[in-house]
Amino acid sequence: MRALHFGIGLAIIFAASWAAAQVGADKRRSGTQDMGEALQKMQDDDTANPGMLFVQLGSQSWAKKAGTADKSCADCHGNAGTSMKGVAARYPAIPKGAEAPVDLDGRINLCRTENQKAERLPPESRELLALEAYVAHQSRGLPIAPPADPRLDAFRDQGAAIYRARQGQLNLSCAICHDDNAGRKLAGVTIPEAHPTGYPIYRLEWQTLGSLKRRLRNCLVGIRAEPYASEAPEYVMLELFLMDRAKGMVLEAPGVRP
Amino acid sequence: MANVLVNAPKTAKRGSVVEIKALIMHPMETGFRPGTMGKIIPRNIIERFTATWNGTEIFDMEMSPAIAANPFVSFFAVASESGTVGLRWTGDEGFVVEERVVIAVE
Ligand code: HEC
Ligand code: HEC
Repeated sequence: MRALHFGIGLAIIFAASWAAAQVGADKRRSGTQDMGEALQKMQDDDTANPGMLFVQLGSQSWAKKAGTADKSCADCHGNAGTSMKGVAARYPAIPKGAEAPVDLDGRINLCRTENQKAERLPPESRELLALEAYVAHQSRGLPIAPPADPRLDAFRDQGAAIYRARQGQLNLSCAICHDDNAGRKLAGVTIPEAHPTGYPIYRLEWQTLGSLKRRLRNCLVGIRAEPYASEAPEYVMLELFLMDRAKGMVLEAPGVRP
Repeated sequence: MANVLVNAPKTAKRGSVVEIKALIMHPMETGFRPGTMGKIIPRNIIERFTATWNGTEIFDMEMSPAIAANPFVSFFAVASESGTVGLRWTGDEGFVVEERVVIAVE
């Protein structure tokens, strides 16, 4: 009896220390780690990473007056290096007075329409991507930190449900590839863990910068599912889930991807 | 609006070989792709990239439609005297962009 108690005690100690080791050693991998060395170097070199051309463009837009309010982003937000630091790490979020979350480009477009009294910038347009890249770049090196807003839970849960549901003619779920088979090959490509650490990304295949929404549409088309309409709430739900899953991982926008 | 990123050393030892890297935003539209309405999108590429050191040409490159958007060029030069490296891109639709960097040779 005594020996049995001792055994259980040991087992509990082992379990506790094993859990502690798991917390210490983060096994999650950013897509960057799955790329070849040449692409990692391209991402890390600010004069070779083509995403930095868009960051530079974004910094010009930041200072440009627009709309009938005749205000620039800088007129209200000042130096982006301080005012936008950490912002990308905690989006999507629910704006003041609203009930549904918006992603970072949604938030930028809110400022366009409400604060600058200007037209919305079209999705995937160069100016919107450039502003998004410029804002996201201010959080480079910071850990992903989703806000503790309980109103987000329901949206995040919907995102998790989409992530786990099979869909498309190939009848696959995001989880089958990105949880169960991450690290294995799909044709010549390593399946990444799908952490949204580098967005917006410069994807060599696109020859331009693209948003997380565009990346998600690529995966949906890949499994022959109907992609959600441009700016559908499902993208924000998925992003909420992915950001929570990547909580604490370091932002590296603008990322480079093959 | 010119959008260029140049990476060159600010100083160099006389006689040493320096690497100069330049990245420019450009669509490099091939002239072979149909647009969404089925019509061919007109070719719009950078045709030529040249570099000078204190006015003397040190590098000359012809570009073709096969080169991807936002071309990145890296080349080497011998640092023989302090001066200005001039970079110039020219192409379709009257595209001309010039950048310069100063390298101090000691
Ligand atoms: C058939 C397997 C498969 C399915 C199913 C799939 N993906 Fe992907 N996904 C990939 C592959 C492969 C890549 C990397 C492509 C590349 O690098 O060319 C990728 C890339 C990504 C990335 C980019 C990661 C990075 O590092 O930038 C995200 C995010 C992502 N997928 C999310 C999703 C979501 C959300 C779903 C479900 C709607 C999904 N994927 C469904 C295979 C899949
Ligand atoms: C007239 C002033 C004004 C202008 C111009 C303006 N904004 Fe805003 N912006 C605001 C206000 C007010 C908020 C909301 C702050 C809050 O909710 O506490 C905000 C919020 C934001 C946020 C979210 C910040 C956070 O902490 O969640 C981002 C990102 C942002 N703006 C980007 C931009 C960009 C990019 C531009 C230019 C295209 C711009 N803004 C122009 C006033 C402005």
